[in-house]
Amino acid sequence: MKIEILGVGCPKCKLLTANAEAAVKELNITADISKITDITKITEYGVMMTPALAIDGIVVSAGKVLSKDEIKKIISK
Amino acid sequence: MSAKDCMCQEAGLLVFPCSGSSDVGELSDRVGRTIAKCGQAKMFCLAGIGAHIPGMIESAKAARKIISIDGCPVSCAKKTLEHAGFQVESYNLKDLGFEKGKTKVDGNSIKSAVSKITGGKSETTSSRSSNDCCAK
Repeated sequence: MKIEILGVGCPKCKLLTANAEAAVKELNITADISKITDITKITEYGVMMTPALAIDGIVVSAGKVLSKDEIKKIISK
Repeated sequence: MSAKDCMCQEAGLLVFPCSGSSDVGELSDRVGRTIAKCGQAKMFCLAGIGAHIPGMIESAKAARKIISIDGCPVSCAKKTLEHAGFQVESYNLKDLGFEKGKTKVDGNSIKSAVSKITGGKSETTSSRSSNDCCAK
């Protein structure tokens, strides 16, 4: 599974990254978590509000910091 | 990184003009851009919603309110947004006195339509401060 955090690096992006890492750890799954900070790349995803979360290339959330549990729910779908 | 550079401010109001090919479609686009430039809303791409681009859909979900501006009664912007599951505050330029095929798109018609839509409302996006230019 590929998890991408889209955001230019503000505290909200960092918090979303931490929540995603915690969710992956609790689910005990293997996931490649990476950050996309380049605005051009972020907008190529159609994202206009950050932080955003993409799983396997599909944006599942934008403009909000998902909690660890919310991310776990999305990953488990 | 300054707050200005960050894209994480509250989404606030998003405006989606139909941007259709007719005179009133053009007027809707110009009105949307004017409202956005004034800082009263952010303009978004209706095509991205119609194309179900996940990033666009999810970004729009973060909005406090979504406004559609349609040029004619076909109401493509309103229907596109509703089809995507959004609740919309809709405006139709026909209801505001602008007839398809009979509307000149110029400073006067833009100003008139903007004034009718904003009605001097004080709501603004949090990311950009309004200088009340829309209400003037």
